[in-house]
Amino acid sequence: MDSMTIIAVASIGVAGITTSFGTMGPALAEGRAVATALTSLAQQPDASATITRTLFVGLAMIESTAIYCFVVSMILIFANPFWNHVIAQTAAK
Amino acid sequence: MRLTPDELILWRQGFLKLNGTILFTWVLMLALAAGSFFLTRHLSTGLKRSRWQNLLEIIVTGMDKQIQDVGLNEPKKYLGFIGTLFIFVASSSLCTVIPGFETPTSSLSTTVALALCVFVAVPFFGIAEQGVVNYLKSYMKPTFFMLPFNIISELSRTLALSIRLFGNMMSGAMIVGILVTITPFIFPIFMTALGLLTGMVQAYIFSILAAVYIAAATRVRQPKPAPAVKS
Repeated sequence: MDSMTIIAVASIGVAGITTSFGTMGPALAEGRAVATALTSLAQQPDASATITRTLFVGLAMIESTAIYCFVVSMILIFANPFWNHVIAQTAAK
Repeated sequence: MRLTPDELILWRQGFLKLNGTILFTWVLMLALAAGSFFLTRHLSTGLKRSRWQNLLEIIVTGMDKQIQDVGLNEPKKYLGFIGTLFIFVASSSLCTVIPGFETPTSSLSTTVALALCVFVAVPFFGIAEQGVVNYLKSYMKPTFFMLPFNIISELSRTLALSIRLFGNMMSGAMIVGILVTITPFIFPIFMTALGLLTGMVQAYIFSILAAVYIAAATRVRQPKPAPAVKS
């Protein structure tokens, strides 16, 4: 395999692994957060405004870790710096 | 498939180029500025109001209440900044229903610019509220050793704000693009509707986080009351 093929295989494989493993943790965490928020909503319906606001902000914080993984995998597929480097090298030859 | 509207280049002359992000941002800015200018020409204080005035009042009083709930006791002071952030991000994701419009917030440059505004505004409001010395001292709370960590958290939350907004907006457009190629007609509509909801939630979160950061910087710490002497 030449270096281009190795880079392509590694990028695609790692992009998939990044998104799959990176969404696993946040999915569990968001499930726990929503479950706890629903429990406290059922116990204290009066505090729904505060609970909903903090829930949204917390969900955004949790979700951003998954978004980081997604951005990394998008960079690997669409804007891969190593790939561009190799292409520039072969073009220079 | 385009990842961001940065790659849509409309005009190029030397190193100057006009890409989609700049164009859509300016169109949106002009629309928002002209809209608010013309809507506020005929405000009435009586019982009979136009529907546009009702809309504006709902938006302004809603944001006022949200800012107050976060812990800023004088929301009018911060409404200009936080409200503008909210309206810009919300309308830029709502306008994706217009064909041909690509949301400028799915470009990393726009979101970094917005996050840098928050990065500058937090010390600005903090110093305006409690003075330079007290604000700088707040970096050394609770002890002097927390100084590097406080500075790092200031930088990393700016990064997090920008990447979060960019990732959410870009992934929405991306998923619709992928779905159009594999299952056209029905499913992209649902994902577009979901994208509109995500856009509103992200706009809310962006502005609420900015408000939370400003609230943390402007909070004047009262000195602890002396412990009661046991007799």
